[in-house]
Amino acid sequence: MVAAMKLLVIEDDREAAAYIAKGLAESGYVVDQASEGRDGLFMASSGGYDALVVDRMLPGMDGLSLIAALRAANIRTPVLILSALGAVDDRVKGLRAGSDDYLVKPFAFAELLARVEALIRRGPQIPTTTKLKVGDLELDLLARAVSRQGRAIELLPREFSLLEFLMRHAGQVVTRTMLLESVWDYHFDPQTNVIDVHISRLRQKLDKGFAHPMLQTVRGAGYRLSAE
Amino acid sequence: MGRFFNTNAFRLAALYFALFAASVLTLFAFFYLSTAGFIEGQVEQTVGAEIRGLQEQYEQLGLAGLVALVRERSLNERVDNMIYIMTDPFLHEVAGNLSGWPQRTTPVKPGWITFPFEVHTPHGTQTHTALGTQLIVGGDRLLVARDLRDATAFRQRVLSTIAWAALISLALGIVGGLLMTRQMLRRVESVANTTRHIIHGDLAQRIPLTGSGDEFDQLGSNLNAMLDQIERLMVGMRQVTDNIAHDLRTPLSRLRSRLEVTLIEKPNTARYAEVLRETIAEADQLLGTFNALLSIAEAEAGSRRDTTTTVDLAEIARNVAELYEPVADEKGLTLVINVPDTLPVRGDRHLLSQAIANLLDNALKYTLAGRVSLTVGRDGNSARIEVADSGPGIPPDRCDVVFDRFVRLEGSRSTPGNGLGLSLVRAVATLHGGTVRLQDNNPGLMVVFAFPAAPVEPLRASDARPAA
Repeated sequence: MVAAMKLLVIEDDREAAAYIAKGLAESGYVVDQASEGRDGLFMASSGGYDALVVDRMLPGMDGLSLIAALRAANIRTPVLILSALGAVDDRVKGLRAGSDDYLVKPFAFAELLARVEALIRRGPQIPTTTKLKVGDLELDLLARAVSRQGRAIELLPREFSLLEFLMRHAGQVVTRTMLLESVWDYHFDPQTNVIDVHISRLRQKLDKGFAHPMLQTVRGAGYRLSAE
Repeated sequence: MGRFFNTNAFRLAALYFALFAASVLTLFAFFYLSTAGFIEGQVEQTVGAEIRGLQEQYEQLGLAGLVALVRERSLNERVDNMIYIMTDPFLHEVAGNLSGWPQRTTPVKPGWITFPFEVHTPHGTQTHTALGTQLIVGGDRLLVARDLRDATAFRQRVLSTIAWAALISLALGIVGGLLMTRQMLRRVESVANTTRHIIHGDLAQRIPLTGSGDEFDQLGSNLNAMLDQIERLMVGMRQVTDNIAHDLRTPLSRLRSRLEVTLIEKPNTARYAEVLRETIAEADQLLGTFNALLSIAEAEAGSRRDTTTTVDLAEIARNVAELYEPVADEKGLTLVINVPDTLPVRGDRHLLSQAIANLLDNALKYTLAGRVSLTVGRDGNSARIEVADSGPGIPPDRCDVVFDRFVRLEGSRSTPGNGLGLSLVRAVATLHGGTVRLQDNNPGLMVVFAFPAAPVEPLRASDARPAA
């Protein structure tokens, strides 16, 4: 990280805000805080932040209105909503208001961190990209083909989507919930850890016969795909 | 009573009374106008006929004959109340039964006049009014008129009759309006009373119905149906709260005592870290339970979910099966999927996915060897989801119990799970108007999830695109 990334946490619960800010600061971010909707909007529109973490229910101005106001002012800073409302309709409303991700309270800090990183590193979307490349691993979106060191790897359609997501977030931690939401579009918690099984299958295909394992398990958080 | 005047009922009654009064008065006015003139019309006809007769006589007999005739007619004491007076051009009386040409005449219409005259009776002198018309013969003038006494009497009679009738009608209108209004007010008041009781906490109260099936009864029975629904929801909510309170308390107190005991022990950083990790894992498990309870509550609350969207049950089932296929594979089980190409039904995609996931999860968890099958199909007007396994099955006498929250059968305690999976499945089935049954699979267990699903138009992706 050349310059530290700047984050703004807008959360009215003092203790939760302190906990989030402390955790993010320890992970290397510069964190500002606002405890009220209007202050938050003011800071967000003038501060040059790399991402915002916004509580949905705020005094002064609620989170969704705040995001709508930002988007109306053409401020595209990525936003993660924190909310105690977890029903599917609530998520849809949140994403429609212009947020980029939605995390239901209570959450594990590792989950929040992984999602914030995903938002920041996502950068500008380049839809014209047809090939993803991480180290010696290549994925061709048009031909739906994957190869490592030039050797073709056969993947099932879902494994392909799973790998695509991991490659788009290469070097970052992705959590099981993120995978379940993005790759399967499920918002419930399957009791058995099905994601682990899918990952270990994918790992078999990706890393078998290669000296360097690319798909790593990050204990207590999730997985990371990286070239190093 | 003061309150009464502020009610809509009173305002309505007043409005209707005003309309009623206006129509009664209009009706009577019309009646009066069309009857009161009747006698005058008769008088007019009689006088007209008389004067035409006299004119004919004059044409045949000349002036002398006419004078003789008038004299003869005037002899008797005003037979038929007829009045005659004939004068020369200088208004000197020539013949007649009136004491002179009337002084004060009032024209009523062209050719017709009314005038007062005196009548001598044994009781004194009275002034009557007469209606008449005149004939000019040469220079002489003949006035023929008739006393309007009868007509006036009739007119007065009609007027007083109408006045009384109007008065009685209006009085009846007021009384009837008040009675009806009070009756209506009482019905409204009974609704208001019931709702007041309910507001004060007695949700068992219902609005009394008269059984007449009128609008008030319909309103009442609708309100009662609404109250029933509210009561059901409240009972359900209370149950959920009780369950949550009961079933989260145990693990929460365990978690608390673990922390407390650690604090009492001799300080040891390594031990602290270990306990914290354990505590976080336990908290995560608690959150999982909590989320599962919320999902069940949400599915049970029902009305908030949209089960009218058309979704493809076959695709939903395939996707869930695909999610669990590696799990089966890893355990060495065969997952047999028997799903049609497409099966459009009305339902909630997320909840149906979760229900199928829970069923597969259970089947895969408890089956140690053999196969698990997922079958989806249409059976007449219902859709069926069957998950069958070759596991240990469930004893018939325990089949009902497993749907209750937090029930875990003996022998299943060593496997992970919170005992909420089937509760959610049943809540989802109920939300879709269907049922879940357990049956013996010889060996193993078969779960049948069936819900009404009339055939619907298949989903066609091309419909969503604008026509080219």
